[in-house]
Amino acid sequence: MKLHRLVSATPVLATCALLVGLFAFGAISYPNFASAAVVRNLLVDNAFLVVAAVGMTFVIISGGIDLSVGAAMAFSATLAAALIEAGGVHPLAAAAVVLAAGLAFGLVQGVLIAVLDVPPFMVTLAGMFLARGAAFAVHPQSRGITHPFVATTLNETLAMHLPLGARGVTIPPTVVVMLLVLIGAWVLLRHARFGRAVYAVGDDACAARLMGLAVRRVKVGVYTLCGLTSAVAGLLFALYQQSGDPASCKGMELDVIAAVIIGGTLLRGGAGSVIGTFAGVMILGLIQTIISFQGDLSSWWTRIVAGGLVLVFLLLHQGIGVVARRVGRTADRQG
Amino acid sequence: MTREGGLLLEAEGLAVRFGSVRALDGVSLTVRAGEVQALLGENGAGKSTLIKCLSGVVRPTGGRMVLCGRRIEPRSPHEAERIGIATVFQEVGLIPRLSVAENICLGREPGRRWLRGLVDWRAVRSRARAAMDRLGLGGLDVDRELGTCSVAVQQMVAIARALDVRARVLILDEPTSSLDRDECARLLGVIGHLRAQEMGIVFISHFLDQVEAIADRVTVLRDGKLVGSFEAAGLTRAKLVSLMVGREFEMPTGKRETTGERGAGSLLSLRAFGRSGMIEGVDADVGAGEVVGLAGLLGSGRSETARLVFGAETATRGTMTFGGEASRFTTPRQAIARGIGMLPENRKEQGIFPSLSVVENLVVSLRAKDGAFSRLAFGSQVALAEEFVRQLGIKTADVHAKISELSGGNQQKVLLARWFAMRPVLLILDEPTRGIDVAAKADVLRAVDRLRGEGTAVLFISSELEEVTRVCGRVVVLRDRRSVAHLEGSDITEASVLAAVARTA
Repeated sequence: MKLHRLVSATPVLATCALLVGLFAFGAISYPNFASAAVVRNLLVDNAFLVVAAVGMTFVIISGGIDLSVGAAMAFSATLAAALIEAGGVHPLAAAAVVLAAGLAFGLVQGVLIAVLDVPPFMVTLAGMFLARGAAFAVHPQSRGITHPFVATTLNETLAMHLPLGARGVTIPPTVVVMLLVLIGAWVLLRHARFGRAVYAVGDDACAARLMGLAVRRVKVGVYTLCGLTSAVAGLLFALYQQSGDPASCKGMELDVIAAVIIGGTLLRGGAGSVIGTFAGVMILGLIQTIISFQGDLSSWWTRIVAGGLVLVFLLLHQGIGVVARRVGRTADRQG
Repeated sequence: MTREGGLLLEAEGLAVRFGSVRALDGVSLTVRAGEVQALLGENGAGKSTLIKCLSGVVRPTGGRMVLCGRRIEPRSPHEAERIGIATVFQEVGLIPRLSVAENICLGREPGRRWLRGLVDWRAVRSRARAAMDRLGLGGLDVDRELGTCSVAVQQMVAIARALDVRARVLILDEPTSSLDRDECARLLGVIGHLRAQEMGIVFISHFLDQVEAIADRVTVLRDGKLVGSFEAAGLTRAKLVSLMVGREFEMPTGKRETTGERGAGSLLSLRAFGRSGMIEGVDADVGAGEVVGLAGLLGSGRSETARLVFGAETATRGTMTFGGEASRFTTPRQAIARGIGMLPENRKEQGIFPSLSVVENLVVSLRAKDGAFSRLAFGSQVALAEEFVRQLGIKTADVHAKISELSGGNQQKVLLARWFAMRPVLLILDEPTRGIDVAAKADVLRAVDRLRGEGTAVLFISSELEEVTRVCGRVVVLRDRRSVAHLEGSDITEASVLAAVARTA
């Protein structure tokens, strides 16, 4: 009995094994690689990606896709910068406005997809153009954020100093937010009725409806959630860059989708986890780190390796799924 | 076996109209506690519509339903379940990637006391175990992923889910259509178990032997009307069938006549044919104008043999001679190019195009054969389709009707006609009569016989031995993925096939 449970967890295990393997490879190949600073940078540089990928994980498990994530992030960052710098709004109030906007944006997309039954690809493609255009409408250029609350309070006072390594490491609040989002999403997906319904809808929407689940509400829910995480990710990105740029985050939704797939979530829905997604983002980040340590490789190699990984993982997960089910059924017939 | 339990459910004069069609016309039904009631009728008789009324999927346009003395008007399966009518629909609608326990509780999971939105897994498990226990299947690991369970187990889980709410009436729509003999016996055992718990059970099946085995009462519908409700004890099979079809009835026989030659001159000949891990070795010969049956239990290798011949999977062992040449197909395309057709086991996967008309569904494979751009005059398409509609007795308003408006049995006939229209040299039929009613079965068997008369070789697979013995001129019996016996002519009886299956090596 334990066998097929292990088998269904294999995609995530494979992803985690790859993450560990990559780190070990870096540690062996380069001096100074295995340090607290490298891990810290990995988390800091990818916090916004992880948050965006968490929302995408919900969407993909439900059998959908959201192409608007990158544009929504850019819009959120631009709006936050404009409110704080031009509008004189306190950063916390600005963040609340941005989160509300992200939520509303996701909600509208979700309603169009679930109630009017428009394919998610088309709705979120339209959403992507709208959000990108809206970002430029808010402010056509990049704008630095110099508000003291952001520059000083958030990035310095609230940062945590951990006595790790020779000089210790500083963990900015973005990483804490990322961890909170991860934990919240894990509980929601794994242990909440909403999360279980997301899996059911993604696996077989017809069956889910016959079983009495509110399929439409679940779908609206995942897109709303993804709009919200995009807004959070946009805020983290603004904080990380200390600016809001309407031209930023172009194509980031595709990086996010790649990370989710590498993390073991099935593109056709019904399976996946946020732990895997986290590992997926970290794998992409590690590849980038390794290439920068190598020094003589162009950064395009990151893309080439990422492309190969997505392909390999798609094949791997497909294979594992088929084998697992066959093994289980055979055992059943004999047992 | 007659039981006089208390009256549970009473439906009176139910009527349903779809447009101008009367799908149900004044049908009454009573269900008593501790009783298994079989609901019988041909495809399109109104069985499905009746249970859809009871389970709240369809709202009747007339009549009334009373459950335990209270008038009910269920508006959704959900509401019906809540008031005590649970239904397991034909296509098991569960979520394969979630665990057995979650499938039983999904949508009504017990929540944690301090936060209702969070699932209390321990409660979920114990509720699932209790539900499986009620079916006498307490030993199953409820944490298993449902998709890794056999179809029979999945079926039991669907029933367990239906029972999880306090159901007093359980409706089962063809629960046995995808189960093999042992699994059926197990399911019938479960039904008996539930009957002993004073539940009222409505059971739809096309398998008359199952009806005889389990039903206390039989209700027969025909053309949307009630024919009658009878005590099962005094009912013969012949009487039942004539009630269902509304006329005296006889199954066709054609096995004794064989127009083709056999043995050395046969069209298809398999010798120690197989594939490692799939089929050990099968010997068989099929001549032109001959129907050869592949018999055996589920899992004995019948469908797998068919798939190997058709090139859906590539053989690695033995030899296959087709039309005098040694052949080994690696794709179905190659087999089709040589004039082989196959109707696979699973109707859902074999390419009904639901939004196309009967004609279009019929000519689609002719297009594949002659090329997508070859011209097939519209008039001749229609003539062809009308010819088959007549030959096979396909019940449809006209040939331009959407195929999805046809009943399951009639859709199956259209699929058969699709292959007939290709005029194949060899036609492989894998369970061509599964899930269709007696009259449709007879039509299909008659059509197979006609095809044989025209010189087509047919490889016929069916779980129903009765059909095999009626239609086949020769039978190859499979056991444990190899051929173990060859029967011919009058030697073919249900007993002789079963004896060959049961004989120990």
